[in-house]
Amino acid sequence: MTTTPETRTGVEPDQSASSRGPLVIRTEGLTKKYGSVTAVDAVDLDVRAGDIYGFLGANGSGKTTTVRCLLGLVLATSGRIEVLGSPMPKAAADVLPRVGALVEGPAAYGHLSGRKNLVIHDASGRAPSGPHGGGRRDRSRRADDVLEMVGLGAVGRRPVRAYSLGMRQRLGLAAALLRQPELLVLDEPTNGLDPQGIREIRELLLRLHATGTTVFLSSHLLAEVEQLCTRIGLLDRGHLVLQEALETLRTPTGLTLVVTPDADSAVSLLGSAVEHHDGERLLVRADDPIRLNAHLVTEGIRVRELGPERRTLEDVIEERTRARAADEVPT
Amino acid sequence: MRNVELVKLFGRRRTWVSLLLLNLLPTIVAGLLAWTGLAPRPGSGPAFLSAVVADGSLFAIAALAIVLPLFLPIAIAVVAGESVAGEAQAGTLRYLLIRPVGRTRLLVRKLGAVTAFVLAAVLSVAAIGFLVGRLLLGKGTLAGGMISLSGSVLTPGDIAWRTAVAIAFVTISMLGVAALAIFLSTLTDSPQSASLGAMAFLIGSSLLLTVDAARPLQPYLPTRYWLSFVDLYRDPVLWSNIERGVALQAVYVVVFLLAAWANFTTRDVTS
Repeated sequence: MTTTPETRTGVEPDQSASSRGPLVIRTEGLTKKYGSVTAVDAVDLDVRAGDIYGFLGANGSGKTTTVRCLLGLVLATSGRIEVLGSPMPKAAADVLPRVGALVEGPAAYGHLSGRKNLVIHDASGRAPSGPHGGGRRDRSRRADDVLEMVGLGAVGRRPVRAYSLGMRQRLGLAAALLRQPELLVLDEPTNGLDPQGIREIRELLLRLHATGTTVFLSSHLLAEVEQLCTRIGLLDRGHLVLQEALETLRTPTGLTLVVTPDADSAVSLLGSAVEHHDGERLLVRADDPIRLNAHLVTEGIRVRELGPERRTLEDVIEERTRARAADEVPT
Repeated sequence: MRNVELVKLFGRRRTWVSLLLLNLLPTIVAGLLAWTGLAPRPGSGPAFLSAVVADGSLFAIAALAIVLPLFLPIAIAVVAGESVAGEAQAGTLRYLLIRPVGRTRLLVRKLGAVTAFVLAAVLSVAAIGFLVGRLLLGKGTLAGGMISLSGSVLTPGDIAWRTAVAIAFVTISMLGVAALAIFLSTLTDSPQSASLGAMAFLIGSSLLLTVDAARPLQPYLPTRYWLSFVDLYRDPVLWSNIERGVALQAVYVVVFLLAAWANFTTRDVTS
């Protein structure tokens, strides 16, 4: 499969497109062993054009190793990797100029300014022709542009040594954006940022996504992923245990959530229709929430809140990782 | 900007400080010689020091002989050991590789930058030695030539080409050190370990040269022929050790660079 130029402009950044878009990242049976330790075990990723893909997992679950494999830094023990339609790491020279990445924290030369770091970074690789080209002539302009985008316009000329962690993080992001990549691979991009900075970066990512950039975001922050992502993949001790559109995961469960201060009377009224009772919160099996509500109110039960139950991402993740732990054969 | 690595290396204050320090020791020696007029007796002390009091121009070659056993290899081992491991330690190696810069290309650029540093170090020691010698020790009798180690008189033309060959020979010897340190630099993520490893290898080699029991090994030790450039100042030139020295260093350079390439292009970058 090849990615044609129109995929970049033709992608609608909405839910329906993300399930049909061309594959931007695909792995088949990706496995990486360090000695006897299997860090990544038979992972089949598929990330489509237009996704904001949230790659979740606890610390040490193999997220970073997977990201490094995708970028050709770590060589997989077995399995196939395709990024932007070409095999990695074989086609790295063609693929990587179209990818911007932030891997395990930013890095820069401390004695140089942020701007000089960007210029040197850009000058160290070849400038391919085409839309991702841009040679030495507009290098300074591009450096200034991306510094402005990540909010470092005012401090770009200070040496990086004097930057705070959050500023370094922004500079790393600026370097990833320098060549207007089609795919952004970001490992914990909001690390070290204050709430204001996190919001700014989130808005920046949404803006880039709206112009057709696919984002692969690895994180352990559920809230961040829940607010930003369209699809998620969940890695648990090297296994991909879940890969689904966020919307699908959060579809109503069919139960109705009732919050009432008169929980005990409600339970005795509804009887076996109550699936779960926890303080003021009841989960009720009901065909029609409107009739349920009328029934409760006419019986004098005060209802504070009533609606379909939706699972949070946290519930789903807990359920999936617990399921796998139960599968495991004790050794 | 053809080689970003050159810009990075020479844009760094540390590089210039090491070049400065490298030139400090010969300058101090020249100052002391000028002040006291006490030259070592011929045949003792660093090579050529006995001759420079008579002719300051010869201090170029004497300065090289002063820094060659220790200072020059240390400076080069530090810079070459830093080459890949320094980027790994700073975390910039991963960003260079995903820019992308091919691993072979990166290694070639690093080699280019280190070679430039070796040249800068050797040439600056020779040039500053020459200047300092002329200023502090006087112009002597350069016009009348110098007495060779064999006792005959060398013309200024003879001295000029012999000195040029000596500089080239020292440079080649130092490239062996550089190749070793670059190889170690691809093995570890710590620049200090790479530099110290290279130094340990050279010190071990120098030590084995003083042990009679190690005689069968000695022709293959990297430091064996380092000081053989002195043979250029015999009349006629005694080429045998110089040729062996060049051949030996060439083998070390090729072997270590191939090892560095084989290791770096197949390893996981986890820094």
